[in-house]
Amino acid sequence: MIAAVTGLELTAMLSVNVITSTAGDILIASAFRHIGDLDVVKARSGFLGAAFTVLRNPRFIAGFACMAISFFSLLFTLSHADVSLVAPAAGSLTFVSNAIAARIFLKERVDRRRWVAAIFVCCGVALLKH
Amino acid sequence: MTPRRYIILAIVTLTSALGDTFLDVGMKQLGPVSLHHLSTLLVALKLPWVLAGIVLLIGFFASYLTALSWADVTFVLPATSFAYVVVALLSRFWLHEQITPARWLGIFFIVAGVGFVTRGPAYTEHASPDPDARLGSKVAVPITGTVAQHGAKQ
Repeated sequence: MIAAVTGLELTAMLSVNVITSTAGDILIASAFRHIGDLDVVKARSGFLGAAFTVLRNPRFIAGFACMAISFFSLLFTLSHADVSLVAPAAGSLTFVSNAIAARIFLKERVDRRRWVAAIFVCCGVALLKH
Repeated sequence: MTPRRYIILAIVTLTSALGDTFLDVGMKQLGPVSLHHLSTLLVALKLPWVLAGIVLLIGFFASYLTALSWADVTFVLPATSFAYVVVALLSRFWLHEQITPARWLGIFFIVAGVGFVTRGPAYTEHASPDPDARLGSKVAVPITGTVAQHGAKQ
């Protein structure tokens, strides 16, 4: 551990990372749902046309921006804390927040088994800090 | 499962773990970034270790999408969570980070949790009321499938 960061600071850094990457995932998922089957779009307007359709979709742009912020926040966090803590924590908490966000925004179904798994993951992340 | 597919899953795991570890090596060279000098993060992009990490993570994303084009995310996900174990081993034996028993237990919990969720039934097919979206998340081009399933199946 190089870390002289407090638990609170670490939580804040991880939160920014997890929130932005979840927002990115959900926005991009929603963009593709809005665009529809890419094969169909490609058949209709060619490869460049399909790429253009994706790249000018506002949700895709917003999602991409969130992903970029998320990447830089990962770099920032790694400059302060160990990778054996940051990688599992950021990755797995993103799974959990994706499950919650997908349920709320994409109206996906999240069953009890997944909530149990989410609790498992949260316990695991809490243990990483010690 | 063909040997080629096992190799792709191995690539998913290794690129993800190595990519994160390389980023870590680069950022440790740079030292702690202050909130008042966030532009330092752009300087980080010029570091060889960070660049190598980015290349590996692009490789991860490509192999992840490839895997998702023939396998369910429920199948690919355990492979990605296994990457945390690889990260732990790399940081222990290469970077000489201290990994306490509690942290090992934490990593075990996470892998177990992810493994547990991935053995459950996948509800994505009938999760969406919109038939086009349903089709999109199941058979469309990889990226559609990834993002939709990624959000849905966690």
